[in-house]
Amino acid sequence: MTDTADNGNRMTGAEIVLRALKDNGVEHIFGYPGGAVLPIYDEIFQQEDIQHILVRHEQGAGHAAEGYARSTGKVGVMLVTSGPGATNAVTPLQDALMDSIPLVCLTGQVPTTLIGSDAFQEADTVGITRPCTKHNWLVKNVDELAGIIHEAFRIAQSGRPGPVVVDIPKDIQFATGTYVAPSEATASKSYKPKVNGDLNAIQAAVELMATARRPVLYTGGGVINAGPEASQLLRELVELTNFPITSTLMGLGAYPASGKNWLGMLGMHGSYEANLAMHDCDVMVCIGARFDDRITGRLNAFSPNSRKVHIDIDPSSINKNVRVDIPIIGDVGHVLEDMVRLWRALPKKPEKAQTADWWASVETWRAKKSFSYKNSNDVIMPQYALERLAEATKGRDTYITTEVGQHQMWAAQFFGFEEPNHWMTSGGLGTMGYGLPAALGVQVAHPEALVIDIAGDASIQMCIQEMSCAIQHNLPVKIFILNNQYMGMVRQWQQLLHGNRLSNSYTEAMPDFVKLAEAYGAVGMYCDDPKELDGKIAEMIAVNAPVIFDCRVANLANCFPMIPSGKAHNEMLLPEDATDDAVATAIDAKGRQLV
Amino acid sequence: MNAHQQPTGSAYFISQETAKVESHTLSVLVSNEPGVLARVIGLFSGRGYNIESLTVSETEHESHLSRITIVTNGTPLVLEQIKAQLERIVPVFRVVDLTVRAGQLGQERPIEREVALIKVAGNGESRAEALRLADAFQAKVVDATVGHFIFEITGKSSKIDQFVAVVKPLGLIEVCRTGIAAMNRGPQGM
Repeated sequence: MTDTADNGNRMTGAEIVLRALKDNGVEHIFGYPGGAVLPIYDEIFQQEDIQHILVRHEQGAGHAAEGYARSTGKVGVMLVTSGPGATNAVTPLQDALMDSIPLVCLTGQVPTTLIGSDAFQEADTVGITRPCTKHNWLVKNVDELAGIIHEAFRIAQSGRPGPVVVDIPKDIQFATGTYVAPSEATASKSYKPKVNGDLNAIQAAVELMATARRPVLYTGGGVINAGPEASQLLRELVELTNFPITSTLMGLGAYPASGKNWLGMLGMHGSYEANLAMHDCDVMVCIGARFDDRITGRLNAFSPNSRKVHIDIDPSSINKNVRVDIPIIGDVGHVLEDMVRLWRALPKKPEKAQTADWWASVETWRAKKSFSYKNSNDVIMPQYALERLAEATKGRDTYITTEVGQHQMWAAQFFGFEEPNHWMTSGGLGTMGYGLPAALGVQVAHPEALVIDIAGDASIQMCIQEMSCAIQHNLPVKIFILNNQYMGMVRQWQQLLHGNRLSNSYTEAMPDFVKLAEAYGAVGMYCDDPKELDGKIAEMIAVNAPVIFDCRVANLANCFPMIPSGKAHNEMLLPEDATDDAVATAIDAKGRQLV
Repeated sequence: MNAHQQPTGSAYFISQETAKVESHTLSVLVSNEPGVLARVIGLFSGRGYNIESLTVSETEHESHLSRITIVTNGTPLVLEQIKAQLERIVPVFRVVDLTVRAGQLGQERPIEREVALIKVAGNGESRAEALRLADAFQAKVVDATVGHFIFEITGKSSKIDQFVAVVKPLGLIEVCRTGIAAMNRGPQGM
């Protein structure tokens, strides 16, 4: 192009990496240095456009990048060294794969001449990460480095988003090569995701929906991934059709919890009305969800009398677990746009009376108040703690992350999400230790927002080292631990499945979380009295520093409602029915073999 | 108590699979880049699909294309899922279920051929008998000493199975088979 173009485009591999990240709009990367990435770290040191957030464990880098990505819609970037750096990244990579989070993971590798020699900190990174990424590359030629990084960003964020790994040997980082801009890079011809749905199929779906007497919309994380416009279109569709709507764990916030058509989350710990609506409906419209086993319950009893529409960008999601009648392959945003337009164009819209009986059934199910619990004046009930936390954060720009377990389900049941991208949780993989680093990633992206990690006492200890990262980078995340001294969900399953033999689910040597917070330089708080809870929560929110809030809750509370293993949606265990006897016999011998 | 019961291998539900298992031949056109075969094989082992036969070779050198032929089996739903999963792999261009395609074209099966090298050692009458059988099966002699033959045979897998079976008593030493190469009949490409 210009006379300086040639010289200006010659640089070292490490410089290419930084330039490529910049040209892909990266502002923050999460990482941990080591021998095989030192040239890249040296370049990071000599520039100011990209901020590096130093974690304390590579798993933390991955989850932080996931939280960053999920709360912004941008690609999360992590940088780790070879060998143990790369193997520690495997958990967040698989987590991102299962929850369709766009992630670019750059790994260092031993020099190309040493690959295969069992060199120090060598691991077959592309081999190890092949099944837990959408795609991965080992860069063997410095001139291909820029193109591969651009392609990595394209693949991570297009189609069904997911994690990718670019493994860069150290000699490639030192070698001089030519930089190619993203616009000039050649894209792989074999990867062409389809974003527009087939109009005939969408028309057929709209016509089916118009005949429905007992319709339900079943939405998932795909709506969030399709961007805020998709959530807007979903709300419009609900407004137009007046269909009741439920969502998976991953899709919470796409439709507001305060909306009048909201049924609450569905699935194993979902609401009675959501699961009954799924079971009894005659038309189910699945939008960006994947009929996961936590959602369907026993497959041969799943929604037996419905005709099903399934919108998904990934063709392999269609008919994977559940046979559907009208598959629509495409981006949820594009398909919803067409769907809304075609619904508006219907020559004759269904009368309101067509679904009146259905809504009456929904109201009777709602009246069951399946999330109800027995409150106490003496101990803090975990559900109560979350209700108070939700109340205290109303009207603020609040982002919630969670770890995995009972607290996660209670958070999903009780928090009430109004907007997309404000709820970060590990759904598919169920990774304990996700919440704290994810919260750090969210806080980096939204420095002014209130970011709370709703945690359990067991999960929080899986990535507790990231407290140090929070302090170093002034990330005032609030860790709200529902401390019941057990791995609560494990204990609940042992009670349900294994005669209440609580094998290894009691944490005997619990740290003093207040002192632990103080040891890191954060603020520690403690509460075990329901009367003091509101005041202490307000205090926690007011502190402009990382806080660990040790909220002591009832030790043996169970998370209900619950669809026991091997049961159908209409065989839910409700809180009022969950007597000790019912709990002990809830799962039969067959169900015990399942997870 | 339940220790003697077999794990179901399934998370969350037990379903009795009643659909019939079929054997299908898939043709997979891939970009010839490092690791692409590992991606395909890893998909099969990772998701518990079967591979009965697998062949791979570069077919179009200039465009860096390789063609993988996989014979697999499963219920129609599983076969559909295998095809969809293969298509998710980034360097995969196309996946064609040749068996389904043959059906659509009104044919019984795609053309499926295999090459085998078969070493038979022996003297006297059994040696003469091996040569007679080779002639009947149109197998070629590609190497010989006074004590052995190596035959090259091309054909359907069933034909090779049969040849191997009949020469076995005559001093069969070793067999090497390529796996199936397959294509649909007619003028159209995959």
